[in-house]
Amino acid sequence: MTEYTLMWVAIVAAGLLAWATKYAGHVVPEEWLENPRVHRIAAFVTVSLLAALFGVQAFTSGSAIVLDARVAAVAVAAVLLWRRAPFIVVVFAAAAVAAGLRLLGWG
Amino acid sequence: MPRATPTRLDPARQQAISVSVATGMYAVSFGALSVAAGLDLWQTMALSLLVFSGGSQFAFVGVIGAGGTAAAAVATSTFLGLRNGFYGVGLAPVLRPMRGWRRAGAAQVTIDESTAVALAQPAHDVCARRTGFWWTGVGVFVAWNAITVVGAVLGARIGDPAQWGLDAAAAAAFLGLLWPRLATRFAQAVAAASAVLALLLTPLLPSGLPILAAALVAVAAGWRAPREEVPE
Repeated sequence: MTEYTLMWVAIVAAGLLAWATKYAGHVVPEEWLENPRVHRIAAFVTVSLLAALFGVQAFTSGSAIVLDARVAAVAVAAVLLWRRAPFIVVVFAAAAVAAGLRLLGWG
Repeated sequence: MPRATPTRLDPARQQAISVSVATGMYAVSFGALSVAAGLDLWQTMALSLLVFSGGSQFAFVGVIGAGGTAAAAVATSTFLGLRNGFYGVGLAPVLRPMRGWRRAGAAQVTIDESTAVALAQPAHDVCARRTGFWWTGVGVFVAWNAITVVGAVLGARIGDPAQWGLDAAAAAAFLGLLWPRLATRFAQAVAAASAVLALLLTPLLPSGLPILAAALVAVAAGWRAPREEVPE
């Protein structure tokens, strides 16, 4: 299988699994998911994965930990989120800060 | 005397439209990041159509962009989408009775935003809740997929993604998705521990696996956490 085909397989698989997860919620008997432990773990999985994705995206390059223009960019993003700025503003501001710093030759 | 106001939208539809526009807007960043990660326009569009869950899609292209395997991308995307399954449980009593294609369609648009707008309507007004769910779900679906194309086309034209700060934009996107879930000290601790664990494992494990390993923090936290500490 070529890399391109493999990517398509992955996209369709991710789509089917995403839909199956959503569908399951609508059809399984409620008591199956009443277990509070299952509920708690599911809620924390979202927090854990988003935090890990953030950490890796902000502070790594390949298999190395790297501190570059992204550090300043995510600091600005955090301040904007704290000031309740809209999501799209936060994302564009972070891009602008990183791009600006790199234009100046830092990071 | 009841007054007819046929031109005014009810609160459920107003919220649905504003949420759809706001959420659709950030598909521009998804489209651009997906192309920057190496996917083409059609693959990017397919992700928005088929996966249709912002966090899962950002995760998929984030793992691929960082050099992770396709399997790691699918796994991370799927685990991030697990919460949508729990949304369905909350929505089922509101949407009942529902069968066949209608139920399949409802499942596809069961996401953070449609659930939030539906459940924000008064509990006694099942009709408003149903309207909120469908208008938001379909509205976000249309806006999200249309604007994904815009982002992907823009992303394909800009050359080196780092020069435009797209790597920082991806990090900010994850932070923005995470932020509303950090209401409690315990959730903040879980987030910090997960990020640190993923960073510590980055030099040791193949790309993509450190992120999945961070889910172990969630299992440990959820096993014992008191109820009031659980995020929404």
